[in-house]
Parts: sequence; structure tokens; C-alpha cells
Amino acid sequence: MARRQCMMFDAMSPEKPDALVPPQLYAGRGAAADRKRGNLRLAADAEQTDWSALVFRVRDHQDRTAFAALFRHFAPRVKAFLMKSGASEALAEECAQDVMATLWQKAKLFDAERASVATWVFTIARNRRIDALRKSRRPEPEDLPWGPEPEPDQAEVFEAQQETERLGAALSQLPLKQRALIERAYFGDLSHSEIAAETGLPLGTIKSRIRLALDRLRQQMDVKATER
Amino acid sequence: MTIKHHLSDELLMAYAAADLPEAFNLVIAAHLSLCDECRARSMAFDALGGAVIEDSTCEMDEGSLAACLARIDGLAQVETAAPRRADAVLPAPLLDYVGGGLDRVKWRAVGMGVRQAILPTGDKGASARLLYIPGGAAMPDHGHRGLELTLVLQGAFRDEADRFGRGDIEIADASVEHTPVAEAGMDCICLAATQGSLKFNALLPRLAQPFFRI
Repeated sequence: MARRQCMMFDAMSPEKPDALVPPQLYAGRGAAADRKRGNLRLAADAEQTDWSALVFRVRDHQDRTAFAALFRHFAPRVKAFLMKSGASEALAEECAQDVMATLWQKAKLFDAERASVATWVFTIARNRRIDALRKSRRPEPEDLPWGPEPEPDQAEVFEAQQETERLGAALSQLPLKQRALIERAYFGDLSHSEIAAETGLPLGTIKSRIRLALDRLRQQMDVKATER
Repeated sequence: MTIKHHLSDELLMAYAAADLPEAFNLVIAAHLSLCDECRARSMAFDALGGAVIEDSTCEMDEGSLAACLARIDGLAQVETAAPRRADAVLPAPLLDYVGGGLDRVKWRAVGMGVRQAILPTGDKGASARLLYIPGGAAMPDHGHRGLELTLVLQGAFRDEADRFGRGDIEIADASVEHTPVAEAGMDCICLAATQGSLKFNALLPRLAQPFFRI
């Protein structure tokens, strides 16, 4: 099976050699400095802002001030993401507003134990991108048989946000070429043969944590089922 | 259920990035519905997307926030996710494509007892179909021109190398020529997504290929 798996993307997309988009061109001038500032800003945000708490205020009180804070942070990031995915500035602006309006509408569906706000916003933006750029439909897996907890476990919520930050930090420490590779994959601008199997990112930790949570929840579901 | 054959990181990342043809997305969504292990990995790739989106920013138009605040004014919030149906064989994403449960599948015989139903997918990159292989029967000997994902939904099949049961996913490409055989006993039902079309090694099925769109 290993042979099959490592071969398949070569077979899938022989075009788009890596050399077509030199990383320095892709990243643009001053990217390293931007990144550094970005990380500092991220660190400052992490100290000051509990994004999940703001989503909960939107969820529970339709709090427009909380929404405005979320908008100021996430809307420009969604817009940048969509522009890098090939949307025009006008389309990206419109879609970023759509994504934020969706965040307002779906605040009750946000599961802070399973995903950070950034991760959740990413999934909304990704789906909006599919609609906007009409690449293809993306069927979603079955919903898990449990929804978000009304009172999520604070430690789990904190962990989910920490993970996004740890991933961001790990991402920023990657060699430029490798990092550009991953970002381009998420912008939908990468042939699959270019995606390195070993990125050195701490995905394993998240995976086992989510897996543990799933196991625990499944057990709880079983207990509830036998109690009935 | 013990799933032994899982999705690769490359596929999960491409699914997170929405960078695959619809037919592959469908097989992946169906597998994730059955496999907690891959679902956890998939969520890790979503988290990576969250880190990517955090990483770059730009200017919003003037008045952007005010426009959005006006838009959410009086906008109703969704209370719960719309429930989706699944049946004992077909996971929810497949039901959406079939338009109901297993009894709604419009099978067509393709010879040697094998039946198939092509599922409607929007883009041309790959095609998706359900396959029905009677217990003990062989699929026609075939290779692939591109990537092929096969998810077992009922029964099991074996090829020269492995056994695949419910929930298992087989990832094959142009380098794989194999003869999958359904295990004796329960009939085997699979969901397959194929990039391009299959090429058959025997003369007759090759001639039949244009008619049956295998």
C-alpha cells in the first residue's frame, strides 16, 4: 500500500513543476519581515483575546461589539486568503463579508472543543471559496452524533486555540520553500506531487488529542445508550 | 468495525484545501463518515488551514465593517445543524447523491453479474460510481490511467495484495494492475472514484467500455 500511496499524486498531476513558482516570487518582497510582524501580532492577540469567548457572546447575546472585534481580526485574513486563492479584490471583499455574516448566523454550531475560531473560520471561508470560484462540490462527512456542548470544557477550548497557535508558530519556522508549499496547497494552487509527506508539523499531537476526544465521546455515547 | 486501509495525508490535505475533483471528495467524505481515525486526521488538516489563514492579512474596504453590521442586523441565527440521513450501507454524503437509501440506487448490469450505478458529479476531473459485485465474483481485470479510490460499503474484496472490508479504502494508480475478487458470501458493494476511465485487459470488456462508461 505504501507504494501505491506515494505514487498516486505523481500520476494525478504531472504538470505544474515546483520551479514554475519560485518561492521568493510567491512570497513577495519583505515577506519575512511581514511574517515576523504577523507572529508578534498573533502573540499579542493570544494574550489579549479569547476568540471563542467572543463567539459565545455572539451566540448567547447577539453581541455586536464582540462581532466587530471578530470582524476586525478575521475578515482581513479571510480576504487575504481568498485573494491568494485567485479571487479578485472585489470578490474577496464581498466573500469575506459573507464569511463573517455566516459566522454570526452559525455561532450556535461552533464547537470550541473541537476547533479554534481560526480553524472554524477557515472551514467557512473554504466552503465560500468553492461556491465563489466554482471549482467543485465538496461533500461533507456525516455529522458526529453529538453537537457542541452548551458549556464547553475550558481546558479543551484553550487547547484547541493553543493548537492553532502552535501550528502557526511551527509553520513560521519552516524553511520558506516548505512553508510556501503548504500555504499554496491551502490556496488551492499546488500540484499534489509537491506536497511533502513529511512536513515536520506537529499534526500527530492534534490527531491523537482529537482521537482521544472522539474515543471519550463515543464511550459517553455508549454509556448513555445503555442507561436508556 | 476495524478499518485497516486509510486515506493518505496527501489526500486528506487536498480534501481540507478543497483541491480535489468532486468524485474524490465524495469518496473521502464517505470514508470519514465511517473512520474516526481519518476524521481526526482530517480535523488536524483543518486546524492547519486555520493556522494558514491566521498568517496573512490585508486591508478591508472602507465601511466594510459597517456594511457587515448592517447585514447581520436582524439576521436569524441557525439553532441546530439540519439532520442528515444515513442507512446501514450508505453513509449520509452518499445518500445525498443517490437521492435516498440503497433501495433507490439505479443499478445497471455490466456483465459477469457485476452491476454499477454512475453518480452525478459536476466536474470532469473524475467520475464516481457504486459497484455491486456478487460474492465470489471477480471484477474484470483492469489497470488505471490515473488515481482510483475504492471504498468498501458492504462485504469485502481481495486483490493480489490485500483484503478490503467495510470502511476500508483502496488507493490505486496507473502502476497498479489488479484483479479484485469479492469474498464468497455477502455481495460486495463499493463506491469508486476514478480519474479518467479504466482500461481493461481483456478484449471484450474493452469493447464494452464505451457503452458502460466503466
